[in-house]
Amino acid sequence: MTDPLLRLVDLKTHFQTKGVGLFGEKKVLKAVDGVSFDIAQGEVLGLVGESGCGKSTVGRTLTHLEKTTSGQAFFEGREFLSMTPHKFRPLRREIQMIFQDPFASLNPRLKIEQTLGEPLFIHGLCKTWNEARSKIAATLERVGMDPKIMSRHPHEFSGGQRQRIGIARVMILQPKLVIADEAVSALDVSIQAQFLNLIKKLQRDSGMSMLFISHDLGVVRHISDRVAVMLAGKIVEIGDKHQIFEAPQHEYTRKLLNSIPRIAIGKEA
Amino acid sequence: MALLEVENLEIAVSTQRNLLPVVQGVSFTVDENETLGIVGESGCGKSLTSLAIMGLLGTSPVRITGGSIHFDGMNLLALSERERRAIMGNRMAMIFQEPMTSLNPVYRIGDQIVENLRQHQNLSHAAARDRSVELLSLVRIPDPSERIDSFPHQMSGGQRQRVMIAMALSCDPKLLIADEPTTALDVTVQKEVLDLMADLQSRMGTAIVLISHDLGVIAETCDKVAVMYRGKIAEAASTADLFAELLHPYTRGLLNSIPVVDRDVEWLEAIPGRVPTLEETLTGCAFQPRCELATELCACEAPQTTQFKPGHSVQCHFAGQDRS
Repeated sequence: MTDPLLRLVDLKTHFQTKGVGLFGEKKVLKAVDGVSFDIAQGEVLGLVGESGCGKSTVGRTLTHLEKTTSGQAFFEGREFLSMTPHKFRPLRREIQMIFQDPFASLNPRLKIEQTLGEPLFIHGLCKTWNEARSKIAATLERVGMDPKIMSRHPHEFSGGQRQRIGIARVMILQPKLVIADEAVSALDVSIQAQFLNLIKKLQRDSGMSMLFISHDLGVVRHISDRVAVMLAGKIVEIGDKHQIFEAPQHEYTRKLLNSIPRIAIGKEA
Repeated sequence: MALLEVENLEIAVSTQRNLLPVVQGVSFTVDENETLGIVGESGCGKSLTSLAIMGLLGTSPVRITGGSIHFDGMNLLALSERERRAIMGNRMAMIFQEPMTSLNPVYRIGDQIVENLRQHQNLSHAAARDRSVELLSLVRIPDPSERIDSFPHQMSGGQRQRVMIAMALSCDPKLLIADEPTTALDVTVQKEVLDLMADLQSRMGTAIVLISHDLGVIAETCDKVAVMYRGKIAEAASTADLFAELLHPYTRGLLNSIPVVDRDVEWLEAIPGRVPTLEETLTGCAFQPRCELATELCACEAPQTTQFKPGHSVQCHFAGQDRS
């Protein structure tokens, strides 16, 4: 049997909080408390849960933005959470992250071509700017943007356009695993729909795997193959999306699904 | 006569060069015990409309340039500052989107409710405090007599939004305006807050204007709906009529854009393009650049509001027609 692309084994990320307990012991916030799952090659795993459940911390831990407390994560069979930053660097190209806020995640002082070109040089994928520019142009076209915009600055674009630029920055490195943390939450529904279609198409065309973190169950059903439901640092239910949405086993999953406002369309409404 | 009557409301932003219209010819009415939902994407003018009703546009560059707003027979646009203050927070109240920023962080929540009560009602401090405890239990805050002395940071987002509702309801308002009251909340908490608002309405007969970008929230809680697009009401009807037959291509597009939890959709039918910015002047229909039904007529002539059916109005030359 081949290894899955990503395997998490009993991942724990705890934070030391400022407060002190009744008997002077340090208080610990168990943001992620024993999470295990696999993501196969080309698979999209949706991670849902409410605010504070630890879903974002899972993504941040996997990209070395937070330090793990214990547990392991394997990428193509290699443990990478314990790697030094220097050793992890080549993997950064393979594991990329799309962030929520399109207004905060692009450097306002850099032109689009600088933002997209920088990672190409850091990872040694390009040697000259001519080479980089042709790659940037091709990638911008893939995400539905006019290549001419590469000489402009982020403030000239709307939220939806910035999010497209954000995904271009990720796709230009041809990653094997993309972690999307609330990537569509800041967008209006009509723009969100365009963007979900784009992500789905890019994912299918490139065969990359994805960890799609979101609080929106409709969005997660749309984009994922499998779904994990998280509550208080733990995964309470994981399975094929049809099983999760049509025959939820855990009480919390049912509560989440029942809380969503529904629209009755048509004459029977 | 309806409790709230907004007629031909026009709001514009003044820039250095000119006046840009942001709300154009918006009209609607709300009766007692009725909930009107205003739905639309960011920048469509739904929040500005609510701020205009509450008289909160103030001295900002955004101002009302036409139309009228009547509340209980009173012309709200002709009130003096003093008269306005006597009504707002008393007979009309508002709940804002962000429970994190709309409570004052340095005052205990009880003091904030007491302040509003004593401003509008002739109550002693002790009586106002007793009433505040009652209100907190009404919005289902556990241990209200203890929690009344909490600071906002000691409460969760859902609890803070409930405190906001308690404060808004403190003087038994006849009209409650809720601007995205649950957008910042988790779905399970959202359900609790929406249920609470519906329950309070059925007990007190309050009229509610609920502003939201979420068609699902609107469909579940409102009696009637106005769909706004770029400052105009594209379509308005009772909730049942609207979802029985979506007449405006924008309303249909909005609905098709939402990924639903109950069935699989391979590709979403997204509306192409984006909402035009205020600076882009458009002739004809504002939705025409994104519309699959658009013809030359749409490009040169803006559609008027027509009653397609009794109680179901729409602004579209080709209302109810499909692309086929």
